[in-house]
Amino acid sequence: MSTGIVSVENKTHDERLRQQHLLKKALHRPEFGAVAGALLVFGFFGVFANDSGMFSAAGIINFLEVSAQLGILAIAAAMLMIAGEFDLSIGSMIAFAGLVVAIPVAVWDWPLWISIVFAFITALGIGFINGYLVVKTKLPSFIVTLAFLFILRGLAIGFTRLLTGRTQVGGLKEVTENDVLAGLFSGEVGQSFFTWLTEIGWLDTNFAGQPMVTGIPVSIVWWLVIAAIATWVLLMTRFGNWIFACGGDANAARNVGVPVARVKITLFMMTALAATVFACLQVMDAGSADTNRGLLKEFEAIIAVVVGGVLLTGGYGSAIGAVFGALIFGTVQMGIFYTGVNTDWFKVFMGGMMLLAVMFNNYVRKKCLI
Amino acid sequence: MQQKQPLIELRHVNKYFGNVIALNDISLQVNAGEVMCLLGDNGAGKSTLIKTLSGVYKPCQGEMHIAGKRKAFHSPADALDNGIATVFQDLAMVPLMSITRNFFMGREPTVGKGIFRRINWRLANEVAKEEMAKIGIDVRDPSQPVGTLSGGERQCIAIARAVYFGAKVLILDEPTSALGVKQAAIVLRYIAQAKARGLGVIFITHNVHHAYTIGDVFTILKRGSCFGMFRKSEVSREEVLSMMAGGEEMDNLSSELEEFSRSDAVFAVTQNNTVLEASAALEHAMAEAMEQEFKLVSSHS
Ligand SMILES: Nc1ncnc2c1ncn2[C@@H]1O[C@H](COP(=O)(O)OP(=O)(O)O)[C@@H](O)[C@H]1O
Ligand SMILES: [Mg+2]
Repeated sequence: MSTGIVSVENKTHDERLRQQHLLKKALHRPEFGAVAGALLVFGFFGVFANDSGMFSAAGIINFLEVSAQLGILAIAAAMLMIAGEFDLSIGSMIAFAGLVVAIPVAVWDWPLWISIVFAFITALGIGFINGYLVVKTKLPSFIVTLAFLFILRGLAIGFTRLLTGRTQVGGLKEVTENDVLAGLFSGEVGQSFFTWLTEIGWLDTNFAGQPMVTGIPVSIVWWLVIAAIATWVLLMTRFGNWIFACGGDANAARNVGVPVARVKITLFMMTALAATVFACLQVMDAGSADTNRGLLKEFEAIIAVVVGGVLLTGGYGSAIGAVFGALIFGTVQMGIFYTGVNTDWFKVFMGGMMLLAVMFNNYVRKKCLI
Repeated sequence: MQQKQPLIELRHVNKYFGNVIALNDISLQVNAGEVMCLLGDNGAGKSTLIKTLSGVYKPCQGEMHIAGKRKAFHSPADALDNGIATVFQDLAMVPLMSITRNFFMGREPTVGKGIFRRINWRLANEVAKEEMAKIGIDVRDPSQPVGTLSGGERQCIAIARAVYFGAKVLILDEPTSALGVKQAAIVLRYIAQAKARGLGVIFITHNVHHAYTIGDVFTILKRGSCFGMFRKSEVSREEVLSMMAGGEEMDNLSSELEEFSRSDAVFAVTQNNTVLEASAALEHAMAEAMEQEFKLVSSHS
C-alpha cells in the first residue's frame, strides 16, 4: 500500500503460476477428444478386425479415402462453426455442383475444365448469397441454409429434368481422360513410390503381380492440403483470429473493428467451395452426376466437426479436430463393414458417438475456464 | 482557447431506439489535451453517446466533426482508423480467446508478405505482457483464455488495449467500476499521461473523486439531454457531486467534505511539477482518498 506503482522487473519467479501437467495441457486442446477417440477406434478395430484385411495397405487406403471425402467438407464446416454459423446446404450443394459440372458437358458439349471452373464460380456465388442473407437478415444460419438445402436440391432436380429429361447425367468418363483440370480430381498420386515400395518388398502384390496399392487417391491429398491451409489460417493469420472472434462474441468483435460480415460471408463461400471439390471428386470418380448425391452430408460433416471438438455455439475448435472427427467417422464406417457386423447399425453408433463427444467437449470446456 | 479546433465535435445529435429518445440534441466538443468527464445517472444516455462517437451507432440526426472535417462512421473500425479508441462498458472481450488474441483483436501485427503474411505472435505476446505489466497486472501466461480472469483484470486488458491503440481520442466508459484502489489509480495516471501526450479523453464515471481530480470539463447528461457543460474553474467538487447525484443528496455530504480538502492539498502541491510527476503524486492522493472513503462507508454500516 506504500506505493501505487507496481514493479514487475524484480519478479523472477511467479508464485501464482502453478506447474501444469503435460497431459492436462493436452486436455485443453480442442482436438484432444477426437485424437483420443481415433486412437480408441483404431484400438478397437485393431482387436476385432485385425485379420479381416482392414489394416492391410489397401484397407487403410480404403478407410482413409472415405474419411478424406467427408474431411474436406468437415474442415470447411468447422471453420464456419468456429465463426458461429452452420451450413445445412452442403449436401444439396454437392448435388447441385456436380450437375453444374456435368450438364454443360453432356448437353452443350462444353469442355470439362470450363464447366469445372463454372461450377466453382457458381458455388462462390451461392455461398455468398447464403452468407449475405445470414448477415443481413440476422436470422439464424440454421434457418437460412435449411431453406437452401431445399432450394438447391429442388433447383438441381428441376434443371436436370428440364434439360436432360432424367435425374442422372452420365457418360463423363471419356471426357475426363484428357482434360486439363480433371486430373486434379481423379486418379492417384505417388504411383512410382508405391511401385518402388513393392520392389523392395515392403508392399504386397495381388494375384496379377500388381502392387496392392498403386497410389494415394487425390481425395486424400485434397484432405491433407485443405487441413494444412485451414490450420495455418486459424492459428497464424489475422483472418483466423477474426474467425474465433466472430464466433466467440460477434458484437465484441465488431466493436473492436473486426469485419464480422466479411468473415462470415467468406466462410459460407468456403463451405460451398468444399462441397464443389467433393462434387468434382465424386463426378470424376463415377463418371456421372446425380440429383441424389450428397444426401445427409451436411449432418455427417457436422457430426465430424462436433466430434472433432468444435463448440456448437462457436468461438472454439480446430481444423485438426475436424480432420480426426472425419477419420473416426470413416474408420468406423469401414470398420463395421470389415468386422462383418450388419452395417445397419452404423448410424446408431455415429449418433451415440456424437452425443458422447458433445458431453465430453462441454466438460472439457468448463474445465478450461476454471 | 475558443479558436482551437476540437479533436472531435458533435452538433445537435439525436439518437432514438424505436420510440425511446436515448439522446436529445447533444452538442459537445473535446479538445486535444483535455479530459472531458461525462456524468449522469444510470440510463442517462452516456453509453449511447460514446457508442455514437465510436461508430457503433449512427446518429439519427445531427453531425459529427473530426478535426474540423465532417465525418460519419460506418463501423467501429472506421472510428479506430481515425484514432478513436474506446473502452466499452461491456469491454468487448471474447472469453474463450487468449489474452493476446483479445488484446490485438482486429489490429493484429503481422510479418511476411502475400500468402505467407502471418501474425507476429512473438511480438504480440511480448507487447500484451508489457502493456499489462504497465497497468499493474502481471500476466502469467498470455495464451490463457480471458474467461479465466477476474472482472478487474479483464477491464485492465480493455483499457491497456485502448491506450495502446488510441492515437487521438480515448473514450472510457466506466473503466474503473470493477477495479481495486491501486488499479483505479493507475488508470487515472493513464488518463493523465494521455492528456499530456495531447490526446482528447472522454471519461465516464460515477466516482466524483475520479472525475474531479482528472477532469477539465464536465458534461452532465440527464435523461438523454445535455444538462450542462462546465469547465473545472467554474465548479467546485461539491457542485459536481451534487449535479451527478441530481442535487438531492447534498445533505449527506458534509461529512465527506473534510477528506476532499485533504487530497486537494496533495494535488495542489504537485500542480507546478510536470504532468507525469503530478500523476504519480495524484495516485497517492487518490489511493488515500479512496481508502478514506472506504473507511467511511464501513463505519456507516
Ligand atoms: N440498443 C438499445 N435499444 C433500446 N434502448 C436502448 C438501447 N441502448 C440503450 N437504450 C436505452 O437508452 C437509454 C440510455 O442508455 P445508456 O446509454 O446505456 O445509459 P447509461 O450508460 O447512461 O447508463 C436507456 O433508457 C436504455 O434503456
Ligand atoms: Mg452505461
